[in-house]
Amino acid sequence: MEFSYDVEGGNFAKAGNAASSVKKVLKQLNVDPKVIKRIVVALYEGEVNVVAHAYKGKVLVDIDTDRIYIKIEDEGPGIPDIDLAMQVGYSTASAMVREMGFGAGMGLPNMKRNADKINISSKVGEGTIVELTTNLSS
Amino acid sequence: MASTIKVRQIAELLNANVVCGNEMLENDIKCAFASDLMSDVLTLESDQLVLITGLTNMQTVRTAEMADLDCVVFVRGKKVTPEMIEVASENNTVLMECEFSMFRTIGVLHDAGVNPVY
Repeated sequence: MEFSYDVEGGNFAKAGNAASSVKKVLKQLNVDPKVIKRIVVALYEGEVNVVAHAYKGKVLVDIDTDRIYIKIEDEGPGIPDIDLAMQVGYSTASAMVREMGFGAGMGLPNMKRNADKINISSKVGEGTIVELTTNLSS
Repeated sequence: MASTIKVRQIAELLNANVVCGNEMLENDIKCAFASDLMSDVLTLESDQLVLITGLTNMQTVRTAEMADLDCVVFVRGKKVTPEMIEVASENNTVLMECEFSMFRTIGVLHDAGVNPVY
């Protein structure tokens, strides 16, 4: 099963739409709620990252019987130093993002913690791709 | 430990206005967490949790949905928007508005024996 969702940079009202939709699909597939929570928390943090930092982005979701693959791709400023961005507490988020309850340097670490496999590639001035793969069986 | 409290009791203790989720007032809550930072809430693994927050926007309700929170108490007299009620109702999340400060809210629930997450 494949799904795709558009994410608008700066539009916090819609952040979480993709994660909400994926959660409903995984529930219908009777995936363990604990596994669902890990997947949707990681995806939600990813959506918030696109909204907070990029101009626009796309979420591609591919679900098969034993794993979910999520690709979050954005057009944005990119991440100059991925190792630094992965550190808990490091953030370049604006005051507006912090007012929304994010921007404390937890997003990427939360995504890593909640995925079985994470791959991040980024080009400064072009954008970022985050790929998350998680097994559906607990 | 292992004590629980009903959502209804939380509303009574806090003199709070339940804005949605009235059908879930008899649900049991095991522990509480207080934060205005949603990324911290998203690190929690507890079930049957009440979130105490002063952050009133869609991201609080989305966080509740993703983290499987049962109940959110908005403190300092913050008001919930119709959009928040719509999403929370879809996901069976109880939302309540409380006039108390965050400190007072936490104190009341702590005195009532509600457990911390950690």
